[in-house]
Amino acid sequence: MKMDLLTSLYVLMLAGFIGFEVIRKVSPLLHTPLMSLTNALDAIAVVGAIILAGEHKSTLSTVLGTIAIVAATSNVVGGFLITDRMLRMFKASGPRKP
Amino acid sequence: MSWMPGSEQLIEITYLIATALFILSLKWLSSPSTARRGVLAGEIGMALAIVGTLLHHGLEYKWVAIALVLGTIIGVPLGKVAMTAVPQRTALSHAFGALCVTLVGTAEFYLRAPNVSKFMMSVLSLEVILGSLTFTGSLMAAGKLQELLPQRPITYKGQNIVNLGLLAVSIGVASQLVLHPEKMYLFPLIIGIPLFFGVMMIIPIGGADMPTVISLLNSYAGLSAAAMGFVLDSKLLIIAGALDGASGFILSVNMSKAMNRSFSNVLFGAFGQEQTTAAAAQEAKPVRSATPEEAAAILGAASKVVIVPGYGMAVAQAQHKVRELYDALTKRGVDVKFGIHPVAGRMPGHMNVLLAEADIPYDKLLAMDEINGDFPQTDVALVIGANDVTNPAARTDASSPIFGMPILDVDKARTVMVIKRSMAAGFAGIDNPLYYLDRTLMLFGDAKSFVGSIVRELGGGGAHG
Repeated sequence: MKMDLLTSLYVLMLAGFIGFEVIRKVSPLLHTPLMSLTNALDAIAVVGAIILAGEHKSTLSTVLGTIAIVAATSNVVGGFLITDRMLRMFKASGPRKP
Repeated sequence: MSWMPGSEQLIEITYLIATALFILSLKWLSSPSTARRGVLAGEIGMALAIVGTLLHHGLEYKWVAIALVLGTIIGVPLGKVAMTAVPQRTALSHAFGALCVTLVGTAEFYLRAPNVSKFMMSVLSLEVILGSLTFTGSLMAAGKLQELLPQRPITYKGQNIVNLGLLAVSIGVASQLVLHPEKMYLFPLIIGIPLFFGVMMIIPIGGADMPTVISLLNSYAGLSAAAMGFVLDSKLLIIAGALDGASGFILSVNMSKAMNRSFSNVLFGAFGQEQTTAAAAQEAKPVRSATPEEAAAILGAASKVVIVPGYGMAVAQAQHKVRELYDALTKRGVDVKFGIHPVAGRMPGHMNVLLAEADIPYDKLLAMDEINGDFPQTDVALVIGANDVTNPAARTDASSPIFGMPILDVDKARTVMVIKRSMAAGFAGIDNPLYYLDRTLMLFGDAKSFVGSIVRELGGGGAHG
C-alpha cells in the first residue's frame, strides 16, 4: 500500500512534466481544440464510474455511479466530436509553402 | 506473476496502451497538420480503456449500458453546437467532468467510511472539494456565457474575505474528517460549502475575464480527476488528470499574463475586482470618422492590412463578412493577415476557431508576438470589436489600470481603422487614446453591416465560398 502510494506520486509527477512539455508546444491557434480534447480525455473518469455502477455495492453507489457515467460519457462523445469538427475547419492557404 | 494474461492483466494492458495514446494525442495536437490524428489516437485510447473496464469481473451491465447510451444521447448535440457557443459548451463540459468526479468520490466515501486512512481521506476531500466548486463554478460560467445569467460582474465589499473564508472552512472540515473519518455527518459539508463557493467565485467575473476563468476551471477539473485516480488507485486516471490539469494550468498562466494579472490574483479567484470606473471623464475629444466608401478606398489602396478581431466580432456574427472582406482584398493583391490577442474572445483560441470556421486559412492567423513586429510596415490596421487589447495606454500610461498589459501595437500602423458601435468605453471602463490619434479613423456602426458595406464598395466577395 505504502509502496503503491509512492509509485502513484511518481506517476503524477512524471505525467505533470510530460503534460507541461507536450502542451507548451501546442500553438495558440489550437488552444480551443486543446481544451475540448483534454476535456474529453479527462472524461476517462468514466472508467471509475463504470466500476462503481457495475459492482453494485450499495444503492447509493449504483445511483451515483450511473449519473456519473452519463456525465462523463457526454463529455467523451461531445468532446471528441467537437474537437474533430473544429480541427477539420483549420485549413492552410493554397499550396503549402516550403 | 504468471504470464498467462488473465482478465486483470488484460485490463491493465488496455489502460497502459490508452495512456500512451493519450500522450500521443496531445503531442499530435501541437500542429494543425497532425492534430486530427491526435483526436483519433485519443478516441482509440478511450475506447480501449472503456472496453477494458467492461471486462472487469462481476460487473452488472444493466445500469452501465443505460448510462452509456444516455450519455451518448446528451453528448452528440453538445458536440454539434455552433462555434460561437463553444465557450459555454466548454464550461458545461467542465461541469459534467467535475460532476462525475464528485459523485464517484461521494459514493467511495460512503462505501468505505469510517475505515478511511488519513491519506485516502485527504485525497478524497481534495477530489470532492475541487469537484464541487468546479461543478457550480462551471455552471455559473456557462450560464453567464449563454446569457442566462446577468453578465455584469457583481461585487460587494469583503468579497474576497467571504470567498477565502468559505474555502478555509471547507479545508477545516476536511481536516477534521481526515483526523476523524468516523464523523461521517461532516462529509456533506465538504460538498455543500464548495458548491456554494463555486457560485460565489464566479459572481464577480465579467465577460472579459472568462478566458482565464475557463482555463482555471479546466485545471481544477483535471486536478480533481487526478485526485480521483489516487482514490481508485488508477494510474490511467492520475495521468489523464495530470495532463488536463497541466493544460488548464498553462492556459491560465498564458491568459493571466495576457491580461497583466499576477497568477496569485488568478488563483484566489479575485478577478474583476478592479473595475473602478475611469469612464467618468468622457468629455468630447475630437475623433475622425469615416464612411464605408472612404474606408473601402483606403483599404483597396493598401498593400498590407492587418485585421484585429475581438469579441465584438463574434457578438455581431461578423466573421463571415470579414471573410468576404479578406477575399475581396486578397483578390486585389492586398496582403491581409489577422492579429489575434491571447484573450480576444471568451476562451483561449476562440477567435482562431471562429475565423477558421469562416474559411480563413490558419496561416493568416497570427498570435500577438508574431504580428506585433509587422505593424510599423502595415498600411491599415482594422480593429473589429476589440478595445482594451489595442489600448496604447497599456504601454505608455503608468496610471492606467491596464498599464503593462501586452497589447497589439495597432497604433504603429500607418492608418488605424476601428469599427465600433459608439464611443462607449470598453469592458474595463477605460478610455482608449487610440481613438483620438490623427492616424485613426473611427467607423461607427454594427461590425457585420459595416464590413458588408465595405465589401460592396470594393465590389467583391459576393461569391463567397
